[in-house]
Amino acid sequence: MTADFLLALSQAITKGLLTGMVYGLMALGLSVIFGVMRVVNFAHGEMMMIGMYLAWAAFDALQISPMLSLPLIALLFFGAGYLLQRSLIQPFINRPEHQQFLLLLAVATLIANGCLAIAGPDSRTIQLDSQFDSYELGPLVLDAVRVHAAVVALLIAALLWLFFTHTRTGKAIRAAADNHMGALVVGLDVRRLYAVTFGIGAACVGAAGALMITVIPVTPFLAGDYTLLAFVIVIVGGLGSMTGALLGGLLIGVSEAVAGLLGDPALKSMFSFGLLIVVLLLRPQGLLGRKEQR
Amino acid sequence: MSARLLAGLAILLALLLVAPALLGGYGLSVLILILYFAFVGQAWNIMMGFAGQLSLGHALYAGLGGYVAAGLYVHYGIGPWAGVFVAITAAVAAGSVIGYLGFRFSLAGVYFALLTIAFAEFTRIGFDNWSWSGGSGGLFLKVERGVTDLANLRGGPVLFYYVILALTVGAFGLCHLLLRSRLGRYWLAIREDAEAAQAVGVPVLRCKMLAVMISAALTAIAGVWNAFYYNNLFPETAFSIGRSIEMTLSPIIGGLGTLGGPLVGAVVLTSLGELFTSVGEALNIPGIKQIFYGLALLVIIMYRPAGLWPWIAARLGLERKP
Amino acid sequence: MSGARLELVGLGKSFRGLRAVHDVSFTVPAGTIHALIGPNGAGKTTIFNMIAGVHAPSAGTVMLDGQRISGLRPDRVCAAGVGRTFQIVRPFKGLSVLENVTIGALHRHSHVAEARDAAASILERLGLADRRHQLAENLTLPDRKRLEVARALATEPRLLLLDEVMAGLRPTEVDVMVAFLRELNARTGLTILLIEHVMRAVMALAAHITVVSYGEKIAEGTPQEIIRNKAVLDVYLGEEEVA
Repeated sequence: MTADFLLALSQAITKGLLTGMVYGLMALGLSVIFGVMRVVNFAHGEMMMIGMYLAWAAFDALQISPMLSLPLIALLFFGAGYLLQRSLIQPFINRPEHQQFLLLLAVATLIANGCLAIAGPDSRTIQLDSQFDSYELGPLVLDAVRVHAAVVALLIAALLWLFFTHTRTGKAIRAAADNHMGALVVGLDVRRLYAVTFGIGAACVGAAGALMITVIPVTPFLAGDYTLLAFVIVIVGGLGSMTGALLGGLLIGVSEAVAGLLGDPALKSMFSFGLLIVVLLLRPQGLLGRKEQR
Repeated sequence: MSARLLAGLAILLALLLVAPALLGGYGLSVLILILYFAFVGQAWNIMMGFAGQLSLGHALYAGLGGYVAAGLYVHYGIGPWAGVFVAITAAVAAGSVIGYLGFRFSLAGVYFALLTIAFAEFTRIGFDNWSWSGGSGGLFLKVERGVTDLANLRGGPVLFYYVILALTVGAFGLCHLLLRSRLGRYWLAIREDAEAAQAVGVPVLRCKMLAVMISAALTAIAGVWNAFYYNNLFPETAFSIGRSIEMTLSPIIGGLGTLGGPLVGAVVLTSLGELFTSVGEALNIPGIKQIFYGLALLVIIMYRPAGLWPWIAARLGLERKP
Repeated sequence: MSGARLELVGLGKSFRGLRAVHDVSFTVPAGTIHALIGPNGAGKTTIFNMIAGVHAPSAGTVMLDGQRISGLRPDRVCAAGVGRTFQIVRPFKGLSVLENVTIGALHRHSHVAEARDAAASILERLGLADRRHQLAENLTLPDRKRLEVARALATEPRLLLLDEVMAGLRPTEVDVMVAFLRELNARTGLTILLIEHVMRAVMALAAHITVVSYGEKIAEGTPQEIIRNKAVLDVYLGEEEVA
């Protein structure tokens, strides 16, 4: 192995880690939704896609950088998620998986094609000045946008952690996730908690979208891949574990970057799915999840 | 089965037998599509509706079936009626592996579904890089105009129509017999409460494996038919998750676990699809067809989550639960 | 369906370090009725689960007529001749009473029509024939209990495991079930092992009783011996007058 290759590899790995942090944030949203309510959110990728479109639209129309529009988008997503859960999804919580899957598939179809109808099939990108900047870490050159995105993603994850460990609502949600009946018995309003949870999950996804648009273009067709990616990350990282979701995201981000370096994009998918199969069979609770009754 | 239902089915069958004489080219192609989705939907229904295992990677079996039969035809001149047996073997082998892994490692629900997706994706990538099957460029069957050759499934739509009609009737007949058999009862029990079923001697693992294997075999046959009808195969589409999802829509919308569900679902969804396509073309907004389609799915799953057929059957005072 | 002899030898079960059952041994001679009693959490259902194949024992063996059945899967245990009911009844809710029992009968009759006939006659004997087409989920608790017993009997067992089958039944209903089980045992020689808290039933049915507490056997003997046994009184029966 030449020094050049090692450098290129380290470069790829760092790039992967940074993008992976944003994947982790997206997966965090799913971990929260799936982990707490066991809802199979087949519209997860579509939700991130709308986040990307909204951030793009804000920039395109009003010159607002995604970093600034992010809080607003997250808030918007929280509200939309809350309403969606309350109105549409709540009745499906204890229904069989195939019904949940069809419901969210329908929602996903509507979202994806809504975007197609409104924004057209062409890919959209945003041009930021910071996309030309970079930081130097020894011999490594890091894209500024990726660093910013990763830092913000980490910040949001930290905020989320504080929410779940130090606020009353956060702790109530964890209780409801652990023990639905117990939560009801002690008088928690589980429906409201579920709606809040979906809202939070949606907000994470929306935020991830706002960050993602700074790094890659958005089209109405990328959603499905991201839904799958989110599920792979959550299962590999471990259900119910926030660190697991982030770790899984990093793992996938790195494998993607390394596959890109080695020249074969198919390799990246094979790695992700191979890892998924191994985890499902040998350690279904994921790398950091707790063993649970299924 | 009540006499009314039997009479209704007889009339339906008679109509279907003479359909090519009554319908034009477009109508026949729509009917062919309906029958295809009814057939492949019934196959999926066996695994999900009867044995309760959610598979979102069923395109694997159709793709394998199609590629094996088509490959044998293109490379060795082996006709589809022989090739289908090899195709079935390949699909059943794949299904057995997935089923065994899933059941042995106690995967259920979305975890099992993800396993099936992973295997389908793996196979897709594999075929993308395999020259025998034409790689990502695709596998093509030679189309000979004006030739009607049943042995090699070469011919016009009418030929394929009668073949898919026969397959669909066969599949429905098979499922009817299965449901009334001991295996069918065991499937029902497993669906209700697998542990209680085991306590009364039901061999749960074996029954689930049989469901997977029968389902895979039928889906492979559909894949063979598909390959010879469209005359081309691409890994990108043959094994895609979109294909897999397509196969699940008719049975879920029509009524999971029921005999009539997949047919009703196929009729409703295909008709809606054609309707929305024309509307979409008229309105000329990209994606509008899918938006209507998504709305239709949403409405149906919200108001008739058990599917349309149970509701229709109740309205007509027909069959009770099988 | 005459009865089988059941032997538990040194049976033990640990769940991830928690010792649920330790060194339990007793024998149930063929054709007798035996009761397993003890306070809640004593490990009684775990013992049943080891006999029925739901858990493999961590130690010891279970023998039916001298053949080892411990470690077999539940459906293989049923094939060997063991029928069981669950502490919390588990009927096939969406199926009718007749269909529920037919599933059991299919274990010994491979033709559906034959199985259905066999099921129908069992329903007659348990007094459920008039409700044969009702969905199991619409039955009252006593009827569900009877259904559970009928379904287990349909598999033609030589050993019947009853897990708190009297729980939730009123005294008159208990008497009916006791009479049924006594008659069944007398007529067919079916071996019965029951977990029970309802002492009225235990005293009326059991020829022999094993008492467990904290996973260990603390006493064994005839009903008369057991109700006078100091250890048993301390741990379970207390000062209660047993009828």
